[in-house]
Amino acid sequence: MPKVKVARKSTAIDMTAMCDVAFLLLTFFILTAKPRVEDPVPVDVPGSVKEIPIPDDNLAVITVGSGKAFFSVEGNDVRRQVLQQMGEKYGQQFTPEEYARFEVLPVFGVPIGNLKQFLNMDAEQRKGYQQPGIPRDSVSDELFNWIRESRIAAKALHNQELRVSIKGDSKEEYPVVKDVVAILQRQKVNKFSLITTLRGASK
Amino acid sequence: MAELDTSGGGGKKGGKVRSKKASTRVDLTAMVDLAFLLITFFMLTTTLSKPKAMDIAMPDKDEKQEQQLDVAASRTMTLLLGKDDKLMWYIGEPGKSAPEVEGYGKTGLRQTLLDKSKEVQEKTGKYMFVIIKPSDRSVYKNMVDALDEIAITNIQSYGIVDISPVEVDLLKKENLY
Repeated sequence: MPKVKVARKSTAIDMTAMCDVAFLLLTFFILTAKPRVEDPVPVDVPGSVKEIPIPDDNLAVITVGSGKAFFSVEGNDVRRQVLQQMGEKYGQQFTPEEYARFEVLPVFGVPIGNLKQFLNMDAEQRKGYQQPGIPRDSVSDELFNWIRESRIAAKALHNQELRVSIKGDSKEEYPVVKDVVAILQRQKVNKFSLITTLRGASK
Repeated sequence: MAELDTSGGGGKKGGKVRSKKASTRVDLTAMVDLAFLLITFFMLTTTLSKPKAMDIAMPDKDEKQEQQLDVAASRTMTLLLGKDDKLMWYIGEPGKSAPEVEGYGKTGLRQTLLDKSKEVQEKTGKYMFVIIKPSDRSVYKNMVDALDEIAITNIQSYGIVDISPVEVDLLKKENLY
């Protein structure tokens, strides 16, 4: 009897389909991922059980940490508009290049007088630069006006009421938060959000 | 698992000598490995770093006193947030009932809120009103924690109000300011 030969099968699997799927998913996640905004001061967000996700657009965030306030607003068009309005208000002229730089600036905390200088720094210099925070006093009223102008810009460009949220550090003393809340209330923003993480995740 | 497919063109016998057809198949294993590693990375980073928000509404400052809803003192609970993650609470008007010192969390504030809201509900037949008064010595986390406990215990009406000097004195007495 002749031996029955078992046909030798290759152990290699066709990976093409798997590869296709993998890269499809990869592309999806890369495109939907947002670069994490580096906070200029360490901010440890307190935990909470509330699970309302914050929206991606139409949002202004006031970051509070180390006794300083920082401001950021979503949307490149809104940012450009805000800078223009603030420039007019405080008599500052910005070049087109500075507008372009401000458009991609995620978060900042410098008085408007130093903004020009801050915009002209490169990434390395900015990292080393200690941002003094946006002045909250009622004389220059800068934080008040940043929020106000952003709300006007968001209303004009997107016809939406801007959502304001406060991102505070856990260990931040309450008076600083109280200042920010008072600034919001002065312009009749009585409803705002506090940014939190899921309880337990922060510890 | 490197694989070269050399079976192609095996059927022809004799004839011309043909140059061996090189397979067009590439080993995709390493590529798939890398792709899945990156997918895992992006998946974990995107879902975990999503911050959550807590909506709060502050009372309108310009509102006239007469327009405000009068809430009976007997069903008002006031939380005074002091330093060192401690708080003080009392029911009714300041100074009339002895305040108690408590910590945040499951056994402290949450239990008190649950007990008291039940008590007030039974006594007056109406819901309890909670006023949070953070002092200048408290930190931001304390306020969020207090709001959080209120959300957990399902108390519908609450407010954040500035602290008064009388209440600061109360905190001072207990060494919480």
